[in-house]
Amino acid sequence: MTDMDALPDEIMTITASRILDNGKVMFAGIGQPLLAAALARRRQAPDLTVILEGGMVGIQLEPGQFPASTNEMRAAVGAEMITNASDIFMMAQRGLFDYGFLGVAQIDAYGNVNTSIIGDPKQPDVRLPGPGGGNDIISMCNETLIVTNHEPRRFVEKVDFVTSPGYLSGGTARADAGLIFGGPSWVVTDLALMDFDPKSHRMRLHSLQSGVSIEQVQVATGFELLVPEQVPTLAPVTIEELKQLRVLTGHGADA
Amino acid sequence: MTSMTKPADAVRARQVLEAASAGPSHKLMTAADAVRRFVEDDFVVAVGGTNHARTPMALLWEILRQGRTGLSLSRPLTCYESELFIAHGAADRVITSWVGIGHGWGLAKVLREYVEQGRATYEEWSHLGLGLRYKAGAMGMPFLPTLSMMGSDLATTLGVRTTECPYTGQTLQAMPSLNPDVALIHVQRADIHGNAQIDGYELMDADVARAAQRLIISAEEIVPTESFRRDPSRTLIPGFAVDAVVEQPFGSYPHECYGRYDSDHEAFSDYVEEVRSGGSQGARSYVDSVLDAHPDFESYLGSIGEHRLKELRELAEGMMPK
Repeated sequence: MTDMDALPDEIMTITASRILDNGKVMFAGIGQPLLAAALARRRQAPDLTVILEGGMVGIQLEPGQFPASTNEMRAAVGAEMITNASDIFMMAQRGLFDYGFLGVAQIDAYGNVNTSIIGDPKQPDVRLPGPGGGNDIISMCNETLIVTNHEPRRFVEKVDFVTSPGYLSGGTARADAGLIFGGPSWVVTDLALMDFDPKSHRMRLHSLQSGVSIEQVQVATGFELLVPEQVPTLAPVTIEELKQLRVLTGHGADA
Repeated sequence: MTSMTKPADAVRARQVLEAASAGPSHKLMTAADAVRRFVEDDFVVAVGGTNHARTPMALLWEILRQGRTGLSLSRPLTCYESELFIAHGAADRVITSWVGIGHGWGLAKVLREYVEQGRATYEEWSHLGLGLRYKAGAMGMPFLPTLSMMGSDLATTLGVRTTECPYTGQTLQAMPSLNPDVALIHVQRADIHGNAQIDGYELMDADVARAAQRLIISAEEIVPTESFRRDPSRTLIPGFAVDAVVEQPFGSYPHECYGRYDSDHEAFSDYVEEVRSGGSQGARSYVDSVLDAHPDFESYLGSIGEHRLKELRELAEGMMPK
């Protein structure tokens, strides 16, 4: 097995997992966020505390036993604490959670996320599931990672509907709207890692996935990305990382 | 535009509660009686649990059976129970932060179709937004301040307003209270007075119970009050907040009940398959076939069979910490 075998989803999960520091607290969702957390806990961050919106604190993440919902027995058994679902978000509002983690249907140049409506909100073409905990997470966690496939239909200049606010129209708009904490910090995709310009808060290319060019990233982005003079390439996914991830998903032999 | 249902008037909500005469302290009754007495057309019905956890299915099916209409359902995350109500014509509004069958089963196709065609309303709140609406309702207060939904199109679409802290001047979102007309909450155990305990995750149910104008509890088992006295810190819902208690083992089936039984994923798939092949008509037929075949929830459970229910019970028991 070489890094060439890694699927796009696996590359994103592994890239996100590398960002997570030991001793931090992460508000996770089902799927990729939980996998990234579990991988980080098996590598550089054994003391990463994982939170779920059902009120679970310090959940266990057993290979092949990942929950299908943030509110089910598989997510709760073995937790260090379970509180109620409003309390868990109020802890985020208090500033106790370091990382939030979101997926998106659409994201725009200022990190605003849409998981509600495609088309005109008054007469939607597509009604999506809604925010779930996403609006609270990106409004309240100390920083938020966004993980998504890199496609032009997802990366748009302006989202059709701001379900979960990033930096709104950029500059000081987020703080002006009353969101004085947090915001999107990283956007992790199968092609690149992006962050946001500290002043304009427009999305900025930070580094490239192995074997990907700046042109490829720009073609897959439906708006003009800020591109700094130096754009490093991320370390390729290692065989060890891939093996560990596949044990967690139940698609590899337990090492 | 999807404006919110009229914000609850906290003063009025209290007056209604005070005016209601105290019922008998023995509140055990059938689901049919509880729904007949406490659920009316056009009510806002708060559904306890969330997604596929502790959904009060026996009570929900009874509402469908009795043919209520014009309902609004509120729930932090909704699963396909909301689709059953929309497709059957019992409800036309869902007050929630998320609609879906669950990861692995995809989008809620029926609800999506109704909303896209303007035949039903998805009143879209943040997760904490709805939680604070219940909490304000539970506290007897008209609103609670929060950072949730600030700057988002959720707030502007619903017409949620901001307020200013009188001490610091900080701008905050003012989340209006919600006092549902009736709440349905399924619990692991209750006594005949309505005192109730929830194992695992309470979610928002303690607040829902206090916020609601009327409250129906369904319970896996009815226990003597004496057993609550031994561990009172675990009692989440006080009997005096409860109007009816219904004993219903497997009362959340095919959804899960922590420690008692796992979700029946095959039953989810059966429903999803009906919708895949028949669209919203498939969902309607699904509801009709259950209602036509079964006079009550026990009969429905009988059709699932003891063997399957035992398997689900063993799955849950096997997961519990040793």
